[in-house]
Amino acid sequence: MAEFTLPKNSVLTQGKTYTAPEGTKNIRRFEIYRWDPDTGENPRIDIYELDADLCGTKVLDAIITIKNEVDSTLTFRRSCREGVCGSCAMNVNGKNSLACTKAISDYPDTIKIYPLPHLQVVKDLVPDMTNFYAQYAEIKPWLTSKTTPPATERLQSRADRDKLDGLYDCVLCACCSTSCPSYWWNSDKYLGPAVLLQAYRWLVDSRDEATEERLTQLDDAFKLYRCHTIMNCTDTCPKGLNPAKAIAETKKLLVNRKT
Amino acid sequence: MTVKHSRPTSPHLQVYKLPLTGIISISHRITGVLLSAGLLLVVMLFYAVSQGADAYAAMQSMVNFWVVKLMYWGFIYALFFHLCHGVRHVFWDLGEGFEPEKLDKYAKIELATAFALTLATWIFI
Repeated sequence: MAEFTLPKNSVLTQGKTYTAPEGTKNIRRFEIYRWDPDTGENPRIDIYELDADLCGTKVLDAIITIKNEVDSTLTFRRSCREGVCGSCAMNVNGKNSLACTKAISDYPDTIKIYPLPHLQVVKDLVPDMTNFYAQYAEIKPWLTSKTTPPATERLQSRADRDKLDGLYDCVLCACCSTSCPSYWWNSDKYLGPAVLLQAYRWLVDSRDEATEERLTQLDDAFKLYRCHTIMNCTDTCPKGLNPAKAIAETKKLLVNRKT
Repeated sequence: MTVKHSRPTSPHLQVYKLPLTGIISISHRITGVLLSAGLLLVVMLFYAVSQGADAYAAMQSMVNFWVVKLMYWGFIYALFFHLCHGVRHVFWDLGEGFEPEKLDKYAKIELATAFALTLATWIFI
């Protein structure tokens, strides 16, 4: 159900401010969402002032600098620091993105950082992704064949391989799904843009032989059709992919199957 | 590990900056509801017409009140806006118009078209 306001335990409070040492020239302000599971207090916004000359160029660099030098309790996920692992997905100044690919200089003086929207928060910027991964597993994201395996690899024409471009590149960071109001209100039933893009990736794979079963699974008022082409997903994807288009193509496949 | 305290929900509408197409999407829904409600008023207009000269004159004077005038021009703009976004949905259903870099452009075109249609209605009717 659509709940437009935050529950009582999720309402934000004002937290601490960590000011930059005196004489710092290039001050950048970071307002960061904090929630500590041990205290049970409401989440708060802590403000960190950094010397931009002393930290790296990306938003993730700033967060790492804060953790290393200002406040070691700040918790977040990160790994590759170059946009291929999808770990550091978070909401930066109102838009979901990978913190490691966003330059601090592209933002105004104050940068506001929140966890991915409308998820349960485990701690600080770490949301609970259990449901997201379970939904990914639900679409059986692997090659399914019914015919006897050939003696060699399953070959694919260049044209067929090209169909996977823009689909296989998804890193499952969940930026798109958690930008989608439909997913906010119905994530228990609606699969969301990321998982639907993955579902389409297997639908168009010429080597996959479970197309019928996959379409039957998706032909559902909630799983697929909660997409109302709001387009937040395509707008926010840090990899420049187009989940909305993949969903539209899936809807087309279903229409053509029925006629 | 047991969770000591129930987890908060991360902020969503409170912090998300909807892109133009996202704002139009929710407006499309809201105008849909308002237009449905507005149709009841349209029925009342027709009813007044059918009730003879006195009822017609009363309706006329009410409709010429500036607040009501503003409302019905708003209704007409909402109608055209709803129509234009509907047309965009037809293109989307055909698998067209998804280019990320053109989303804002298409959104502006539909808003401008709705405005132009409202203006045309004002000029020609």
